[in-house]
Parts: sequence; C-alpha cells; structure tokens
Amino acid sequence: MAEVQHEPQRDVGATYGVAATDAAADRAVGAPRSPENEREVGARSQLQLAARRFIRHRLALVGLAIFVLLTAGAFVVPLFWKWTYSAITPDYATSPSASHPFGTDTIGHDLFAQVLTATQTSLKTAFIVTVIATIVGTVVGAVAGYYGKLADAVLMRFTDLVLTVPLLAVLLVLANTLSNANYFWIALVVAAVLWTYLARLVRGTFLSLREHDYIVAARAIGARDRRIIFRHMIPNAAGPIVVNATLTVANAILIESALSFLGLGIQPPEVSLGSLINSGQGAATTEWWLFAFPSAVLVLIILAVNFVGDGLRDALDPRQRRVRA
Amino acid sequence: MAEVLLEVENLTVSFPTDEGLVQAVRGMNFTLEPGRVLGIAGESGSGKSVTSLAIMGLLPGNARIGGSVRFRGRELIGLSDNQMAPIRGGKIAVIFQDPMSSLNPVYTVGWQVAEMISEHQDVSKDEAWKRAVELLELVGIPRAAERAKAYPHEFSGGMQQRVVIATAMANDPDVIIADEPTTALDVTVQAQVLEALKTAQARTNAALVFITHDLGVMAGIADEIMVMYAGKPVEFAATEELFYNPRMPYTVGLLASLPRLDTDSSEPLRPIPGSPPSLIDLPSGCPFRPRCPLSRERCEIEEPPLRRIGRDRHLAACHFAEELEERGAEIFAPIADDAEVISS
Repeated sequence: MAEVQHEPQRDVGATYGVAATDAAADRAVGAPRSPENEREVGARSQLQLAARRFIRHRLALVGLAIFVLLTAGAFVVPLFWKWTYSAITPDYATSPSASHPFGTDTIGHDLFAQVLTATQTSLKTAFIVTVIATIVGTVVGAVAGYYGKLADAVLMRFTDLVLTVPLLAVLLVLANTLSNANYFWIALVVAAVLWTYLARLVRGTFLSLREHDYIVAARAIGARDRRIIFRHMIPNAAGPIVVNATLTVANAILIESALSFLGLGIQPPEVSLGSLINSGQGAATTEWWLFAFPSAVLVLIILAVNFVGDGLRDALDPRQRRVRA
Repeated sequence: MAEVLLEVENLTVSFPTDEGLVQAVRGMNFTLEPGRVLGIAGESGSGKSVTSLAIMGLLPGNARIGGSVRFRGRELIGLSDNQMAPIRGGKIAVIFQDPMSSLNPVYTVGWQVAEMISEHQDVSKDEAWKRAVELLELVGIPRAAERAKAYPHEFSGGMQQRVVIATAMANDPDVIIADEPTTALDVTVQAQVLEALKTAQARTNAALVFITHDLGVMAGIADEIMVMYAGKPVEFAATEELFYNPRMPYTVGLLASLPRLDTDSSEPLRPIPGSPPSLIDLPSGCPFRPRCPLSRERCEIEEPPLRRIGRDRHLAACHFAEELEERGAEIFAPIADDAEVISS
C-alpha cells in the first residue's frame, strides 16, 4: 500500500493536550522526531501501532511463543502419542526415560500423556472462564459505568457482595455439590467469581470515558445508548479489557488447579494440572517426576500468560512510550 | 416573515454545587430563521456553551433547566434521550470546540461521517461511505477517498475540524450549532475552517449558531450578534450595528480592548477592569456593575432588562444605553502609561 501523505501537523501536539491517541501521546512527550519517523507513526492504525509495540516487547513475545507451543502441544501431540492419558502401561513408577519422557505413576499411567491432557483441561477451563467472565464483567461494568446512579449502585453493590464472599470456601462448597464435576462446571463456578474484577475495571474506565468529548459528540449525532456503549465506548476500553482477560486466563488456571489439588475440581479419571500435582505431592521425595513435571508446566503457562498480559498492557496503553524489558 | 426554526425562550440552566447554585444561564432568548447566522459572544463562563448543550439536551443529569426551547414548534426541553436522538444530528447538528477530542480515536474519519449518515438515513453501508467521502471532499479534504480511511490522529487540527463539519452537515440539518469551532486552531487555519463552515451552511441552508469569544472571527461570519455576560444576553444587534454602535458598556469595553487596524497604532488599548462575577452569588442589580464606569445607584438596585433602543432590532441591557451614543469607548480608561511600553 502506498504511504499516505500528510497534512502539515505543526499544531497537532499543542492542540490535543493529553488526548488518548498514540500519535498525540508520542508528540506530547516531545522527543525530537525526524520527518520519516513522523510519517511512520501517522500512517498506522491504533491496532498496528499496538502490534508493533507488542513485538518490541521481548518477554511478551517469548511468553506468547511458549503459550502457543504449549497449547499446540497439548492439543496435537496426544493424537500421535503412543499412550492415552488413561491407558495403563506395563511400567509402574518408572523415572523419566525414552519411552516415558515424564516417567509413569504407581498405577502405570504415562505421565507425559497425562500432563498433556491435563494441560488441555486447564486451558479449556481457562478459555471458558475468560470468555464468560469477560463478557459478563464487561457488560455489568459498562452498564454501571455508563448509566451511573441507580444502575451503578445496584450492580456495584452486587459486585461487592460477590467479592466479599470467601472465594475458596464457596468454590469448595459449589464444587462439592456438583457431583459430576467436569471442567465445564468448574469453569462456570470460577467464572461466577472472576467476572467481578473485570466489572469493576470496566466501570472505572467507563466513568472516565463517559466524560470524553467524543462520547458527548456521539450522543450529539443521535446515537442511542446501546450504540454508544458497544460501538464507541467498549472499543476504547479494549486495552484494559484485553489485558485483564489475559490475567484472568492465568487466574482461572490457578484457581482450577487449586480446586483440583484439593480434590474438589476435576475428578479422576479426568486429569488437570492441579489433580496431577495433588496425586504427585505425596511422592515428591521418592518419585519426584510425578510432582515436578505438572508443576513445571503449570508455572510455565502462568508465567507465559502473565508476560503476554504485561506486553499487551504496554502495547495497548497509548501513554506508555518506552517499552519495558 | 420567514419560518422560525428554533425558538429559545427564557432558557435558564443552573447546577447545584456544594458552594451553592451556579446560575450558568439566566434567561436566554433568541429565534433562528433558515440561512441566518447568529453569533453568540462572551467570555469564558458567560453561558455560551451551556446554552448549546441545553438545546441539544446534552447537559449532565444534575443540571436544572427552565424555560423553553422549541424546534419547529416542538418543545425539546424534557424530551428523553430516545426522543431526542432523531433530532440530534438529523435536525440540529453541533460542532464542538476541540476537534481532536470530539472524534473517536479508534475509528477512521470516514467511518465516523458514515455513522452519522446511517444513524439517520436508511442507506446501505456502501452508500453511506460514498456520501461520507463526498462530504469530506466538500469541506476541503484533499484526496478524500484515500484520507477517509485514515484515523483522526493522522490529521492536523484544521483537517479534523473539517471532518467534524462534514459530519455535522451530513444529514442536511436545519440548525448547526458551532461551539467555538475555531478556538482550538491556530490562526492561519481558522480562516480555512470558517470557509468550510460557510460552505456547509450554504449547502444545507441551515441556520447557524456561531459561538465564540473571538469578535474578529465573529465579524466575518455572523449576521446578528448576541453578547452574553454572566449567563444573560446583554446586547443584540445586526453585526455592523453592534460593531459601530455598541450600546452596552460591556460590549463597548470588549471592542475597545481589541487592537484595530483602522485606528492610529499609538491609540492605547482600553481594558475592562476587574473580572467576571462568580455565578454563585451574583451582585445585586446589574451583574456588570462592579466593572462598569457608568455605574450609578440605579444599577445597584435594578437589573436592567434587555430593551429595544432607538434603532431597529437593536437590544441592550443598560439603563444608560443612550448615553453611550456620545461617549463610546471613552468611558474606559486607556491602559496605564507604564504598560504602554509593552503595547507599542
């Protein structure tokens, strides 16, 4: 595509003040800029700019690579691996070897197959939690923040109520009552709590967005509430929402693991990282691999997701000029 | 007499605050006819912008609004957002002061103009986009088809304000309210944007309410001017009449404080002493009294009404408007000697 040529932009920085765009923010910092740099900044959309900043964020890229590899591995490798996660092999409690890279447990399960499947379960849970929590949280927060007054009071007090409930205790009770707890139900339970964080965040963002001139301008062109919320405000709140969603992924995996570790999440013969760690912990000193591999994968996923979230936060925050790391 | 598009009658707006009731607008009256340009002038806090927001129904919920705003005979005060929606942008369009902040940073400018069209007209996406590009071309955006795909931050301030003007004229509105449309722009760009605004007005034959504190800009565009002080109109006249025969000391002071090309450059500027009153507790009587060189006892007791004086359609709110006919700018003391060094 041909580079778009520019109108003179001499008055831009002074006019905009702290307007929330990358270009304005870049200018506001006042670093000396060469003409070609200027053109580079101007000719890109917000998304392209964000993508560029994300790519410059090393750690986030590494995190993304690890996350993609783990995900792909968890879903693809089991299709070709010689054991399924529930298959009982003739080898009991063997340490890692060529035929069982992660060893086997005392029953004879191939731990490599189990860890892969467990990762799958954890990721699926995290995905469902993130989607539900993000949608519910965004809608609740948006309505509360946009309408204010009664809607805000009712929704936010309800959110507070959910937040004051001791998370783990409720999850234990809920998980316990759900007799056939597959990952979907666990995910619903976790999502029922995690949406609150997003609701608060989105409400706060909306409270400040609501006062922006372009939202008043959107009302002035006759746009109705729903359009203003979904087409004008949510896209502008996308940064915090996306970042929080990534963090929700990590949180969901951790909570699910905690539940399963306590024996109240995923039930055997299904496996999740938490339940594997749980069953491996007793043997941590003798059959260390049973504990070490699932834990390592868990740590790796959480770290990777957090790095991605960190990178996204930097990339999507227009005020952030310097890329960390 | 031509049809009346917009009638504002005794409009009052106040905001309750912890310090007391802020009386932002204390009785605004005007009527608009198609194709006419009404200028509203006044300094910051005189109620200009609040008036325009009140007409559009865009004031925050805590604002107390009184009086009446009728569009083609239909009362607008008290309508719900949903009832106002077809009027906003469709019949009455508004242009805000800062073009950068009134454009949504996440959408292309073409998208935003097209949105205005498809909100009010039953057209396909492609048609709306085509119309948007035409409008952008009309307001003087070069290579509009290409530039429509660019984002607001890729435009200069002047170009952004053209986009906003294109948006405002998109649905052939009957009234365009331009709230300080050139204030955020630098002087060289102002004239071009005014030109674009005039084009928009000529194309749509809309009545234009032009709000500004810049009397120079005002002179170039308005047919009639209303000067506001402390939330009230204090003088109203045809543009020429107002500039040559101001009949309210505040207007006289405003004009005297401007440098002029047609007088001797050694002529000192005559500033208005003091500062505008707080809108929470206004002085009794005439709000301009504390700063007015003509002020007398009567001014303290009685707030002068806006009344017809001598000439046709010339209204002024001053007990002593007639006296100004002879004295003019002389009533204000010239800028002090020591300050003259700076001015010369």
